[in-house]
Amino acid sequence: MRKTLQWREIGAGVIVPVALIAVWQTACSMGWVNEHVLPSPWAVVTRWVAYLLPAKPFAETGGSWLAWAVSGELVVDATGSMYRVAVGFLVGAALALPLGLLMGASPRIYAWLNPLAQVLRPIPPIAYIPLAILWFGLGNPPAVFLISIGAFFPVLINTIAGVRQVDGIYLRAARNLGANQRTLFLRVILPASVPYILSGVRIGIGTAFIVVIVSEMIAVNNGLGFRILEAREYFWSDKIIAGMISIGMLGLAIDIGVNKLNNYLLRWHRGLEH
Amino acid sequence: MSASHISVDHVHKVFKSADREVVALQDIVLDIPQGQFVCLLGPSGCGKSTLLNAIAGFSLPSSGSITAGSTLVSGPGPDRGMVFQEYALFPWMTVEKNIAFGLEIKGMGAAQIHDTVTILLGKLGLSDFRTRYPKDLSGGMRQRVAIARILALDSPIMLMDEPFGALDALTRRNLQDELLRIWAELGKTVIFVTHSIEEAIYLADRIVVMTYRPGTVKRDMLVDLPRLRDPSSAPFNALKRELGQLVMEEQQRHHNAELTAAVD
Repeated sequence: MRKTLQWREIGAGVIVPVALIAVWQTACSMGWVNEHVLPSPWAVVTRWVAYLLPAKPFAETGGSWLAWAVSGELVVDATGSMYRVAVGFLVGAALALPLGLLMGASPRIYAWLNPLAQVLRPIPPIAYIPLAILWFGLGNPPAVFLISIGAFFPVLINTIAGVRQVDGIYLRAARNLGANQRTLFLRVILPASVPYILSGVRIGIGTAFIVVIVSEMIAVNNGLGFRILEAREYFWSDKIIAGMISIGMLGLAIDIGVNKLNNYLLRWHRGLEH
Repeated sequence: MSASHISVDHVHKVFKSADREVVALQDIVLDIPQGQFVCLLGPSGCGKSTLLNAIAGFSLPSSGSITAGSTLVSGPGPDRGMVFQEYALFPWMTVEKNIAFGLEIKGMGAAQIHDTVTILLGKLGLSDFRTRYPKDLSGGMRQRVAIARILALDSPIMLMDEPFGALDALTRRNLQDELLRIWAELGKTVIFVTHSIEEAIYLADRIVVMTYRPGTVKRDMLVDLPRLRDPSSAPFNALKRELGQLVMEEQQRHHNAELTAAVD
């Protein structure tokens, strides 16, 4: 019973995309649109497969089979983009988390730093691009810099909010059980703020993923963002769309992964769907 | 003096806000011997929770002093375990971890903690819930965990702030009996805040009725009905009527004060 319902749900979700692709394919096959403006779905799929697969046959490379299998342009681009997201996010979050904990826990530090944070926060990470190139040149360093800024503020703001919303009753209960300041912080305030911190992490990773695409368009010579901009110069609209679909799938995969991690870390938390 | 003797000596507590002062406690003098089960009874606003928080060390008196055992109360501590109305279990810890937390703070070894927790889980009928999180537990079960958590500390004094106030009548009676059993077995000194007259008579050796602002002791009486008490018996109901009048006088003062405040 439940299984049929699931299939029915999947079926319902497939109808609209299939219809859209059918209309799109028809429009292209009938010659209603210029193929340079809008390539057919089939052309996009063909291009996507070519983008994914290694450029040379295995026999010519001489390396290991695994190295050959991941030598496709798409795999190299996706790996490069993911690497920048990971490093940039880790740098940003590693700075934001302790700072947010301090600012949340200490009204004095909050009073010192919050005005500055509020002024810097509305500056979109993309606005740092000129400065990033001026300071770090081209390649990974400016991209990582921009991504870390994109990840920094969501994690910071949510960590501060998380620490500040900790219910006083938990602090009283812990002090009653004999907890000192250190235990109070590590075993009560920190875990109690985790739901907020994780929602900051989720927003931060989302922002990092946006920023990586933009920064690759401007400062890096590989990666998914660079590739779709490069494709435009050659009027390869099929490759642009293939790249966009790859970006979308990667973003979805990241979000699902982060969500799974959230559900695991917050298995104690009420109000979560399981 | 024994470790669980409590002495409240001329305690005043004044809450100051920008435009006014509220005298929450005025000249409270109480001497609670070891092993006594005391109920603080009164309408909301009578300072009974303020007094309990002062004994717990969360909010110290403005003047006067409180001694627990032989030490002056200057802050919260595991010698005075507290059970809160809102349970206050740590939701990110399993039942087991909640009970073990105080023992870990004490620095007890893992094996000994495990054994202590196992005994307490059995004592409170929680053995099947060992690895569950508080969100999966009913209110009654949560309060059992909260009681186990302070029993783990083996504190000579148990402070209870309307612990069963949020429970349904049947669960409440169940936990009251459980608490009486534990109290009789372990000989703890219990200070139990409630606004339920029946609950106070059912549980207490001694009932302290408090007045609405300023909080003072209106009546301090011993309850010498035999245990387990029968709430439908004549002496129980006679006492209930007597206390009911005392408490309702204060409730009326509370009500009038609210009306006056609304007119202002």
